[in-house]
Amino acid sequence: MSDLNQKMAAKYQNNFLKEIEEQAEMGEWVKMCMQCGLCSGSCPTHFQAGWDHPPQEIFMMIRAGKRDEVLKSNSMWMCTSCYNCYVRCPRKVPVTHVMHGIAEYAYRIGQSPKNQPTQHLSKTFWDNCTKTGRVNEVKLTQSLYFKDGIGSGIKKAMEMQSVALGLVKAKRLNLLEAVGIAHKCKDIKGIHAMLAKANELEAKRQADKAKA
Amino acid sequence: MTSVVATNQTILVVGGGISGMTAALEAAETGKQVVLVEKNPYLGGRTVQLYRYFPKMCHPTCGLEINLRRLKANPRIQVLTLAEVTGITGGKGDYSISVKLKPRHVNANCTACGECGKAVQTEIADEFNYNLGKIKAAYLPSSMAYPQRYVIDASIIGTPDAERAKAACKYDAIDLEQKEETISLNAGAIVWATGWQPYAAEKIVYYGYDRFPNVITNVEFERLADPHGPTGGKILRPSDGKEAKNVAFIQCAGSRDENHLRHCSRFCCMGSLKQTHYVEEAFGDAGKSTIYYIDIRAIDRFEDFYQKVQANPNVSFVKSKVARITQDKEGNPVCNGVNVEGYKRYATAHDLVVLAVGMEPSVKGIDIPAEVMSDSSGFIMADPANAGIFGAGCATNALDVNRSVQSATAAALRAIQVVNKVARAEV
Repeated sequence: MSDLNQKMAAKYQNNFLKEIEEQAEMGEWVKMCMQCGLCSGSCPTHFQAGWDHPPQEIFMMIRAGKRDEVLKSNSMWMCTSCYNCYVRCPRKVPVTHVMHGIAEYAYRIGQSPKNQPTQHLSKTFWDNCTKTGRVNEVKLTQSLYFKDGIGSGIKKAMEMQSVALGLVKAKRLNLLEAVGIAHKCKDIKGIHAMLAKANELEAKRQADKAKA
Repeated sequence: MTSVVATNQTILVVGGGISGMTAALEAAETGKQVVLVEKNPYLGGRTVQLYRYFPKMCHPTCGLEINLRRLKANPRIQVLTLAEVTGITGGKGDYSISVKLKPRHVNANCTACGECGKAVQTEIADEFNYNLGKIKAAYLPSSMAYPQRYVIDASIIGTPDAERAKAACKYDAIDLEQKEETISLNAGAIVWATGWQPYAAEKIVYYGYDRFPNVITNVEFERLADPHGPTGGKILRPSDGKEAKNVAFIQCAGSRDENHLRHCSRFCCMGSLKQTHYVEEAFGDAGKSTIYYIDIRAIDRFEDFYQKVQANPNVSFVKSKVARITQDKEGNPVCNGVNVEGYKRYATAHDLVVLAVGMEPSVKGIDIPAEVMSDSSGFIMADPANAGIFGAGCATNALDVNRSVQSATAAALRAIQVVNKVARAEV
């Protein structure tokens, strides 16, 4: 992974804006930002406490070539996809999509922050739901709770106990999923074939991008 | 029946604001016959609703008076007020135009003595002051109104109030029998100068213009500062009549925004810089202004005006487009956003927020009853294929007064060339 990072860094030298434009999905929108600040001001998350940089600053940092700071930042991972910024942007920049595009790129080249909770959730969720075509909720929660070790996992699980019991009573949670007896898609083979094809297409697209 | 003398050597000017008046005067002063059509009961348009001009901070009434003198001295201009063009047929050098005339119910005998206004009881919204106050239903639109003649509002026709107005008039000037009429006239060329209207601020939902009384627009602020305005020139905020000593100006309210107006309205930066002078004029050092901006566009000659305001310690600049306005317990509007300088959040309370709303054409190109090319904002564009109808002033672009006058003079010249060809005075 870090090979890819070195390759990209060498390829684009000091032109990080161009790197984002060509490699990150929706990255070509970054240059449209006019730094009005409506996206950051409209963001409902309390980014001052949680984010390294608000989206508007990320855009400016990309132009300023701050490659490491941007790729290693947690900002893109903090976006909740509420789309407030996208709806209001006076330049119609799809801010939400750009943030996800940069996040995915940082992850792809192995530069994204390690042990970042939303990144961990995205990866776990994807692996979990592509296995059977449906999410195994028990296993998903387990892997999230025990992310930072057994002790904190048990503590978190105890905290959420009453919620879990409520869900079980309402038949929204099947505890048998813990041992692999889970609801599945009818055509798992079909799902897997579809995902394999999608992966193949995406891998080709990425390879072309890296070559171009 | 109103009679208008017009031939295919006449120039029709649609809109009697600063652009239309200029175009009409320039053409008439070269000897052309001009018919000037105005929708309002008075000439001068939005210019007369301003308190002061930038950059010299002089009063628009001064320039208007000069134009009115030229107009009164010129027998070649026929002015139709309360008139709207409803149809245009024909082509270059030979247009037939229909014009709808609304009744004023007051004839030329009027001396503007004001007795009818005193007699009438009904009150209507004061459109001249952007509905900030109420006026009697028999009114003189403004002290500088031309023609200097009262108007009886259509809403009281047929009520006892109308009879009261008629009874109060000593000059037999009130004619309650006047009816709406449509006349047709000819013209060789048309100058379309229907001007602009402020963008509907309530459409910018996150600024809460229609929810918070102390969020107003820049055009309303002009009326608040004007001694002829609804507050007699005192800058009082609408909710409680408290003096607004701490005023925020939000730039690009609607302009430069793909969701609202796509264009830069050009005048609003200078407008707000000018309005900081009003705050200082009213309250001295106690008057504080804050300008929230993306970037200040004080185009060409106006840079020094901007620099002088920048040097004023009572005016602060925040580089940020305000993302949301809320209201605190005292009814103060609070500006929320992120300051680009440092990327920190702010929530700052002010006494009054003025939205520097942008310009949109008051008649969009597509609504003009003739084939006219216009851009995506509805501004008229120059079109070589259309040789007889010319846009002037803010109907063609977002312009300040100075540029509108230049644009109107250019349009007048083009119209003159057309009627000269009709008269075979020019080939």
